[in-house]
Amino acid sequence: MAEHFDVLVVGAGPAGLAAADAAASHGARVGLLDAQATLGGQVWRRDVRAEAPRVARHAFHAIDSRTNIARFTQTQIVAATDKELLVEQTEQARTLRYDKLVLACGARELLLPFPGWTLPGVFGAGGAQALVKQGWPIAGKRVVVAGSGPLLLAAAATLRKHGARVAAIYEQASAKQLAAFAGALWRWPQKATQAIALRATLAGVPYHAGAFVCAAQGDTQLRSVEVQIGKNMRRIECDHLAVGYGLVPNVELAQLLGCALDVGGRHPRIEVDEDQRTSIANVYAAGEVCGIGGRDTARIEGAIAGHVATGATQATQALQSARRKARRFSTLLETRFTLDPRIRELATDDTIVCRCEDVAWSSLRDFDDAGAAKLQTRCGMGACQGRVCGTALAELGRFARSGHRPPIFSARLATLADADFATASH
Amino acid sequence: MNAVKGLVRLQVDGVAVEAPAGASVAAAIAQVTMRFGLRPDGGARAPLCGMGVCFECRVRIDGVDHQRACMTVVREGMRVEIATEPAHG
Repeated sequence: MAEHFDVLVVGAGPAGLAAADAAASHGARVGLLDAQATLGGQVWRRDVRAEAPRVARHAFHAIDSRTNIARFTQTQIVAATDKELLVEQTEQARTLRYDKLVLACGARELLLPFPGWTLPGVFGAGGAQALVKQGWPIAGKRVVVAGSGPLLLAAAATLRKHGARVAAIYEQASAKQLAAFAGALWRWPQKATQAIALRATLAGVPYHAGAFVCAAQGDTQLRSVEVQIGKNMRRIECDHLAVGYGLVPNVELAQLLGCALDVGGRHPRIEVDEDQRTSIANVYAAGEVCGIGGRDTARIEGAIAGHVATGATQATQALQSARRKARRFSTLLETRFTLDPRIRELATDDTIVCRCEDVAWSSLRDFDDAGAAKLQTRCGMGACQGRVCGTALAELGRFARSGHRPPIFSARLATLADADFATASH
Repeated sequence: MNAVKGLVRLQVDGVAVEAPAGASVAAAIAQVTMRFGLRPDGGARAPLCGMGVCFECRVRIDGVDHQRACMTVVREGMRVEIATEPAHG
């Protein structure tokens, strides 16, 4: 049985929450979908041992108090057309029809291969933060935090709050790049305050710029990492490594719908106009999917998308200048945390690149196309459908990810056999 | 039920585990083992992304295969099984 919504919002992070609230404020019948069990997305992920930040609580309360928003949590999108989504829940598949669709699918971490990165105990930086917020036992564990971007500080702070011994933070950007970033931060006073608060939380934790993890060692699990600090190599014993090189927009659903993507950078983002319209008439996009800009950008763009999707374009006027200012922060992030080219050279011949199918770096050497590599080596053919290796290979300058076909996420056969969804096999 | 308030009891490969309400199955498993399954080469497989992208934490939950432990919230009486054979897809 298909249900119908005026506006369907995909993703319940800051952008999706703002979009659902804005659309509902004009009386629209709204559906809000998320793969997680609770609202908040990655940045406002529920912490089982702590209360959510005030701004997140307000956003949740706004959704709770609207009777015209239906919530679909633990809901995974399997296939999509310009009129309906086929979704899978724990117990069932269902079809959701829509007039307008808002893509607020957020971002994932950029995870890059290096020797030893498949050892248990190696996490993404945001990944470690997510796991720990949901109860992963970290108290007393020695953790190295590494990679790039402001997320490292936030991740380290969460880990420490939950009792981890954070050995050090290694930021690959140079001290000069970081100084320029900090120097420009005064234009976003809220972010400057956040950064100062995080640094205070992390008092006593060594922070190294121009440093990166080049290898991980261990037997059945991680025991130590090797870190390049300037010209020196240092080995540090640890139980966990939290390493991430920034964020990458989740564009798979947009790709499947045929939305135009901006492919100018190493990783595609959804192209939108100033009203958050994509190239498809009834599809809008907001937040990280349009380029990494952080939660403030996401909230503003989500609100614009929600208003415009219900035809209330006049309500967005005040938000436009806020959006432009917030988006300038994206440019700052991009220019100040550019990747040290040596990080793209860390994988050796026997380093696994495709973790699902155990495809080593050496077997990918002769390919310059994702499709051919997939057919011959199974690279990108496993459970994650190339989300990890395909993104890494794009970053390493090998080849872009191939296009997406349904199912967008691995799905049950029973879901795919759903008779209601006529177009899933186009 | 006589469960301690705020704690959920489940089984990981037959071992009784308690986890806070709202915790992920991944967090419950980590109390018992860091091995969430086997890689195709026979090495241990464990969570990487923590947010449902990488599928490295997939396990069998209440008889259903390939469930992402990081995306599933613990429930009272849940039975989690870790694969002893490498599996594709």
